[in-house]
Order: sequence, then structure tokens, then C-alpha cells
Amino acid sequence: MISAFFIYNQKGEVLISRLYRQDLKRSVADIFRIQVISNTDIRSPIVTLGSTSFFHVRHENLFIVAVTKCNANAALVFEFCYRLVNIGKAYFGKLDEEAVKNNFVLVYELLDEVLDFGYPQNSETDTLKLYITTEGVKSERALKEDSSKITIQATGATSWRRPDIKYRKNEAFIDVIESINLLMSAKGNTLRADVSGQIMMRAYLSGTPECKFGLNDKLLLEKDTSHKGMARKSTAVEIDDCQFHQCVKLGKFDSDRTISFVPPDGEFELMRYRTTENVILPFRVHPVVNEIGKSRVEYRVTVKANFSPKLYANNVLIKIPTPLNTANINVRVASGKAKYVPAENAILWKIPRFQGQYEVMLSGDAELSAMTVKKAWSRPPISMDFQVLMFTSSGLLVRFLKVFEKSNYTSVKWVRYMTKAGSYQIRF
Amino acid sequence: MMNSDSSLSIKDSTYAVSTVVKSIMTDFRISRPNFFSTPKKGENYELRADLNSEYRDRRKDAIKKVIANMTVGKDVSGLFPDVLKNMQTDDLEQKKLVYLYLMNYAKTQPELVILAVNTFVKDTDDSNPLIRALAIRTMGCIRVEKIIDYLCEPLRKCLRDENPYVRKTAAICVAKLYDLSPNLAIDNGFVSTLQDMVSDANPMVVANAVTALAEINESSSTKDIFIINAPTLTKLLVALNECTEWGRIAILAALAEYKPADSKEAEHIVERVVPQFQHVNGSVVLSAIKVIMIYMRAIKNEEAIRQLVRKMAPPLVTLLASAPEVQYVALRNINIILQKRPEILANEMRVFFCKYNDPPYVKIEKLEIMIKLANERNIDQLLSELKEYASEVDVDFVRKSVRAIGQCAIKISEASERCVNVLLDLINTKVNYVVQEAIVVIKDIFRKYPHKYEGIIPTLCQNLDALDEPEAKASLIWIIGEYAERIENADELILTFLDTFHDENFQVQLQLVTASVKLFLKKPQSAQNIVQRSLQIATTECDNPDIRDRAYIYWRLLSTDPQAAKAVVLSDKPPISVQSNAISSSLLEELISNISTLASVYHKPPETFLGRGRFGADAVQRRAIEEQEEASRESPIQAQTKTNIENLLDLDFSDTNTVNSTTSSLPSSSKSITQPTANVDDLLDLFNDNTITSTQSSSNIQNNSVSNDLVNLF
Repeated sequence: MISAFFIYNQKGEVLISRLYRQDLKRSVADIFRIQVISNTDIRSPIVTLGSTSFFHVRHENLFIVAVTKCNANAALVFEFCYRLVNIGKAYFGKLDEEAVKNNFVLVYELLDEVLDFGYPQNSETDTLKLYITTEGVKSERALKEDSSKITIQATGATSWRRPDIKYRKNEAFIDVIESINLLMSAKGNTLRADVSGQIMMRAYLSGTPECKFGLNDKLLLEKDTSHKGMARKSTAVEIDDCQFHQCVKLGKFDSDRTISFVPPDGEFELMRYRTTENVILPFRVHPVVNEIGKSRVEYRVTVKANFSPKLYANNVLIKIPTPLNTANINVRVASGKAKYVPAENAILWKIPRFQGQYEVMLSGDAELSAMTVKKAWSRPPISMDFQVLMFTSSGLLVRFLKVFEKSNYTSVKWVRYMTKAGSYQIRF
Repeated sequence: MMNSDSSLSIKDSTYAVSTVVKSIMTDFRISRPNFFSTPKKGENYELRADLNSEYRDRRKDAIKKVIANMTVGKDVSGLFPDVLKNMQTDDLEQKKLVYLYLMNYAKTQPELVILAVNTFVKDTDDSNPLIRALAIRTMGCIRVEKIIDYLCEPLRKCLRDENPYVRKTAAICVAKLYDLSPNLAIDNGFVSTLQDMVSDANPMVVANAVTALAEINESSSTKDIFIINAPTLTKLLVALNECTEWGRIAILAALAEYKPADSKEAEHIVERVVPQFQHVNGSVVLSAIKVIMIYMRAIKNEEAIRQLVRKMAPPLVTLLASAPEVQYVALRNINIILQKRPEILANEMRVFFCKYNDPPYVKIEKLEIMIKLANERNIDQLLSELKEYASEVDVDFVRKSVRAIGQCAIKISEASERCVNVLLDLINTKVNYVVQEAIVVIKDIFRKYPHKYEGIIPTLCQNLDALDEPEAKASLIWIIGEYAERIENADELILTFLDTFHDENFQVQLQLVTASVKLFLKKPQSAQNIVQRSLQIATTECDNPDIRDRAYIYWRLLSTDPQAAKAVVLSDKPPISVQSNAISSSLLEELISNISTLASVYHKPPETFLGRGRFGADAVQRRAIEEQEEASRESPIQAQTKTNIENLLDLDFSDTNTVNSTTSSLPSSSKSITQPTANVDDLLDLFNDNTITSTQSSSNIQNNSVSNDLVNLF
């Protein structure tokens, strides 16, 4: 499997180098620097030189590189690299050159723990934090006492939860966060619209609670229609596919589509899902962009909010691309602020608060400077960014969250919904 | 020394004083000394002093500096005994650092490693399971012959440890030991212990035992170390749902190797694997898909297969939402899966549409898959999408998109007209590289649908001046030759190219010769001059033997029997199909067995990019040394010559031998210079011979068999 693991900075200096197997020399790090980092032609994330394969992922200003000499599981290697990035973020807040340099001892400790002989081991941040800590002395005293407990947890069937958690007030917060991806053609047809949703949970529950979670999942509700009536069916959502946190019993979901689990303590991502049917687009954009001769481009962009007037969207940003040779821009907007940002070759139009059913318009024109070579403008799509609270594009709703625990305590549950823009692009 | 050294040491000493005052171990974290500062002269000397310091935090700091130096590739092996002294400590972090150092430099100081053994063995008896595991993990990584003997006893103990964390670490350690000394691992019964551990109560131990066994099995010569039978199968299926994501992948990999007894068993296992599609980790999903794809070969029940194919589609689509690198691996695998089961994503074309900011490697893979999924129903959508891509910035991607339009035209004959129209639109954009690429693909469309789209030829010819790439030029010339009778000014066009014949690329020249012959055969009156001129240039002024020979053949053909020439040159061409690099079925099966691995990313069998055998760098070096020793024993003379060769490679010009050889070669070359006239005569003779043979061969041309061969040439 993974024979060596390196972290480089932007310049190609080795920050971390850890060999797991003897089939490589430390100097293999130089080969990657010469062949990949200093070579701008390399486009693939996997490079094989001779019989040595380099997998790399770029994060912030770092190259994270895994090296193997066998027919390794490529998907696993990349997933692992990203997991390592997440562990780094959980430990240092941000994984960049400075964080790695300042904490290189800890990084080595982590690398020693998460990979053994090149095979990934436990990579759950919550568990790792129990025995690999930033305060050397303190943790050690703690270790002596419950190191056997830690090790049991690190290898156990519920490796994500300590058994002895206690809260005075038992609470669970559920956040349904949807990213809507849209690609709209210049003619106004929806080429693709899908929602990738995330259900985040913050569980502050005592003991070992068994949770049951219910959504307005069409497949599940159809099964029950016999005794629940047909009315519900219209509001049900068809989920194309979903993934769960490892605490969810997959076998149970596969057999009767119930989501039951023992949650980890604190915040975690309970599930991810994807829907493509009946996606409600929160915003409609009608761009009219005309190139008038060679010296002017005329813009008229209308944006309409498509959700209930009781709701509103926050931090709406509309990015309208301009030609590369733009010299000057004049824009007028009814609400928000629009300004031309030459570095991004775009007009950025910000509307801090956008109420449902409202319509706003931008009109203006760009003056172009003359160019010797006339190259057609590639017209990159208009993109949007926004957040709409208490609104789901897929129509998904949380029906219930039931918590069962031996001590039979009552718990309080909170649900929030939010839709934000994923890649929301409109061609023109 | 202190004085000559710069700020670092001064800072350190003041720093040491301050820490003595405070005597707080964690303090250095706040002050954060720069461990990565540039190395200085005599630093090792300083470090040695610090490593032997009486203050523990100063020692620890020194160890950290040693590790930092090791990372940047500085040789700190000289500090081995000093670092080793710090191994015996209660500070777990310090212990880990010393172990890290040990793993790296053990080989350079094999004698001294023995000193560490005691601590290791003691640690494997520690009350803290983390320390026990750490010791056994590190011992396995120290690859020194002497230490192996000391490893066996602690390893045996740890394999039976009551703590699962220690057991799972020990399981991997067996694989390490086997890598170092297979016999020792087998003789001590470790491998059979591993086999028992597959039935361990703890899922992670099971997963690691499976991992270790799979590794040992692969490197063993007999390949009978890890065989799954009915009881282990049940154990694996139970553990699959309980262990970590990485463990699941190991178990799924083991399941993929298992050969189910019958269709029923295969269905049963598949049923247990399918829930893994819902796992959040993309590599688990791909591993599960691999198992299913393999087991589908064994399943006889058609309905069950249909169900599985249906269930596989959503997780495959979901993989496209992961990180770009994972997406790339997934896309390469989807490509393979689609060849085996084309129906699987038939309705999912839209999800492969490229986003503007996808990395280029993802975009190109998506394009490939879109072509695979293209059919009459979705072609309109696809075409408008491809047209959109053709206006993007990335030249390579634009070219591939244009090429994809051509492939669609060839694949779906109903849509060919629409494709040609899109290509014409693109040509009208006058973007240089788009036009060139479009002309190249239009040539293929003409090949596939002869005499259908001649109407667009004038448009193509208008862009003649814009072409500067050989492939595009060659394509256009081919089109002109092929449709010479429909193009009024074909002779003019060819003539303009002939003027610059010498500057053209080889493939353009070749097409030019052929096109002029075609032109002549179609318009004998007007093109006689052209054909004569082009053949003249090609035969007398061209250096490339291919072009010269082809021109000679044409010439003889035309001079003997123009009718035969017509039959040969203007014959019907074999039809072409989409060359979307279809994989042969045997390779396809092999790749399916390798889903998610490197082989599936490269679409090549693993042997092609892996070194033969599983030699480590050491083993290779050892073998090289052995070979050399053997050779020198066998024949000392040969060894002598070998070293000579090495000397030559070193380019040692002082060696008298080389000087001699160069001087001796001089006379012979001067000899050849002295007889230039004779040589020229010889050459003239050659030409005479040539003319004779040419007449002979031209008579042969009438032979049918020869002309058939010639047909193949074109």
C-alpha cells in the first residue's frame, strides 16, 4: 500500500517525510519535486514514474503526496489524503505551511497513528484527539488512567462514542443544509439542477442513546400510504442516493429505509443525500448581454427570488463576467451594490438581504479597449452565491427524531433548514 | 563554537535559561523556536551537547531539532547513540520521536540498535496498551537482522494481548516480519495465528488480520496463505458492517478474491455488500461496486442482475460530487463499467456535463463518458453542450470537445447532419484551433458518410489560409483530392500547396502526393502538369523514403496503366467506426477485477507499470552486489572487462586505450575520403539498376495480388 507520505510547500520544500516501507528511499521526494511540482505540464493527480506512483492533492499552499510501488487502491489513497487534511483542520484550525511547520512533531505522531505499514488505521478525529493531544504533559496523566478505555474505543464497534457521557440538559440540533447546483443554458433551459444536501447534527445526549430519524422520504412514505392516506404523498421527496455517517446501521436502511444510529458526541455529519427531481430554484436569472460592435458590451440582468415572501435570502452575490479587455464599466442597480473588479474580470453585485418574490435589475455597459488580435470572448457563465434560511430546494423535511435511552430521559430537538448556492451557473 | 554560531544557538541558550526558571514543559510551544532554520556548521555538535543535557525539556527540544533535520534530508545518523539514550522515558511524545528516529537510522547503525532492544521488550510489557502497541509497531519497522530474533517473543505475546488495540497492531506486525523474513514468520506460527485472528471478536482486529494476510498471500510464492472458506466468510460479512471504513475496504478486497460456489451464494454475499453503497467514503463505495461487478459473473438470475445494475447507478453518480481527484478515479472506473454494462447510466447523461471550474483532467474524462452515453434521444442536448465547451479557454479541452462532436456524428448516423451543422457553426467562429480541429474531424465524417456532405466543401476551403497544423492541412488536402471533381479550383489549391512543398510536414507531403494523383485521375487534362510536378519534387527532392517510394509507385502505376491506377487509387475505402479506444474483452475482465486501483485508472494491466517481483530497494541492491560477486568469481577476466566498461562510462579520457582506439579509427575514415569518385560511380550504377528494376516492377503491377497489397497501403 502507501510506501511513503510527504508534505511539500509551494516551493517544493519537504515539510514532512514519513516512509512506511523499505521499497523506497527518502530521496524519492526529490523526484516528485522535479517531475511534478516544478513541471507545470502535469495535469493528472496521479503520476507514475518507472514503477513508482505519486498521488497528490493540493490544499491551501501545500502538496500532500502519497507514494506507492504497488497497484494501490487509488480511490482509497485520495480519500485518505483528504481525511488527513480534515484531521489537520480539526487539530490546527487550518492546514497550511505554517501549521505544519509549527506542529511537525504532532503531524508525525498523527501519521504514525493513522497509517501502519502503509495501511490506514483509525482516522476518526474524535478518537484521535483522546490520545494524541497538543498538551504533552496533561494528556499523559490522563492516559495512564483510561488508556485501556481509549484503545477499546479506538477499535470497538462504536469507535465514535465514549460510553460515559453525561449532560444535564439533553439536546440535539439538526441542521439541514442544501447546496443547489444549477446549470442553465443561454436559452433559459435548465441543463441540470440537483441538490446535494447535508444533515449535520449536534448531539448533546447522555449515555448511549439509540436515535431514529425520519424524513419525508418518498420511498418510505409510499410503503406507509396504506394507513397514512394519500395526502402526504405529494409532499414526499424522492431521494436519489444517500450516504451515512458510519454510526448509521446501513443494513437496516437497506432493508426498510429506517435511519437508526448511536450518535457520536458533539457535531457530526449524519447523512448526505442527493435529489434531482422537482428541484425548486430559489432564484431565476434573465441575462441579456449584447456585444455591440467591438467596443461595447451591454448588460441587462434581472434576478427574481422564487420563494415565499415571508423568507429572505442573505449575502446574495451575483458575479457577471466581463470581457478581458474591459476598460470601463457603468452600471445601475435598483438595490444592493455593484462594482467592477478587474482582477476577476467580473461585475460583482452584492445584495445583503433579498426578500422572497422580489425582482431586481442591473443595467449597464462595458467599454472595451481596442485589441490588435481579435479573439472571441469565451463568455464564462454568470454565477451566484446566496443563503436562504428555512427553505429547502428539494422540499425535504425532517419528520421526527426519536431518542431512546436506558434512563428514559426527555430530550429537546431543534431543526434548522438552509439552502445555499453550490455551483449556480447561468450561461448567457 | 558558540561564538561562531549565529542567532539560533544564542536564542537557544537564553531560551534554555528561561525554561529552567519556569520549568514548564509546554512552554516551547508558545515560543515556537524555528526548527526549520537553515542548517549551520557544527550544529550536530551542539545537538549532541543538548541531547546529553541534564534538563529533560532541553533534551526533548534537541530531539525535535534532529527530527526536523532528518525531514529536510540532512544526515543526522551520527547522533544515533545520543538520541538512543533518550529512549527510556515516561514522556510518550518523546518516546515516539526517538522511535521515529530509530526507524530511519537503524540500518546505518545495526550494532547499536541492539542497545534499544531492551527498552522495546520492556515496553511490550508496559501496563499502558498504547505503549505496548507503539513498541511492537516500531520494532516491526526496524529492519535489522539482529533485532528480528528479539521480535518473535514480544510479537507472540502481543498477538494474544487482551487489548484489541495491541492485537490489531500486532497483526500488521506479522506482515512486516514476513516481508523481512518469510520463513521466520511461518516457522513461528505467526501466519497461522493470523488466520485464527480472522475470527476475532473485535472488527478492527479482523480487518487488520485480513489486510496482513492479503499482503502475505500476494508476496508468497504459493499464494495459499489466505483462503476464504465458509466459516471465515461469515465472519467477514459480520465484520464488514462493524469496522472502520478502511477495514471495510480491506474486507471487500478479500471478498473480491473469493470465488462463490454457486449463483445462490453469490447472490447472498452481494445482498450483504450492497448496503455499503450508502457509505460516505467514496473508496468504500467503489470497492463495493468492484465486488458486485465481479460477483455478477457468477449470478445466473437475470432479474437479480437487473436489480443490481439499477442499484449501482445512484452511488456511481454520487461519486461525482466528491473531491476532484476521487472524481477522476471514479470517472475512469465508470468508463470501464460502461463498457461492460452500457445500460447502467443510460439516463444520466446530464450529470456528466462539465462545470466551468472543473479541473481539466476531470473535464476530459467526462467528455469521454458523454460520448459513450450518446444516443439518438440525448444527442441534441449533448451537441449544444459540446458547442458550449468549444468556446471555452482551455485549448486542449476545446479540441477534445470538437473531436467529440465528430465522434458523435460517426457513432449516431441519424444525428450526423446535426453534428456537421454544429461543426460548420464552429468553423464560422474563425477561432484558429477550433477551425483546424473541426476540419480534422470532418475528414472522418466524410470517410464514414461518403458523398453526403459535399456541400460544405467550399466553406472548408475558405479557411485554407488559417491552417498551420500538419494534421489539419493533411485532412483538408485529403478532402480536396477525394472530391477533386466537385471542386472547381482544386488544381489551384493543390498548386498553392505545391509551392511550399519543402516546408511542409511529412504527413502533409504524403497527402499532397496522393491528392495530386487523385486529381489527375479525375481531371486528366487540366492536372497533368500538377501531377508531374508533384511526383518530380517527391522523387528527386524529398529526403523521406516513404514519400519517395510512394511517389515512385504512383509514377509507375500511371505510366503503365492509368486504368489500373484508377482502380487502385480511387477504390472504395473500408468504413471506419468510433475509435473511442475500446478495451479488448479479456483486458476488460482484468480491469473489472482491478476496479478502484491504479490499473483501472490507467486502463492497463498492473504488470505494465509495476516492477517485477516485490523487491525493496535493499533487495535490488543486494542482488546487484551478489551478481557482481558471482560474476567475478566465475571469470575474473570478464569482471575485468566490466570494470573497464564502467571506466568508459565515466569518460576517463586519460585512459590510453580510448586514445588508441580513436587514432586507429582515423586512417580508415581518411581512406574513404580518398576515393570519392569511385563512390559516386557506384551510386550512379545504383540509379541505373533502379531504372531497370522499375520497369520490371511496373510490369508486375498488372498482377492482381500486388495491386491488392497496394490497396491496403491506402
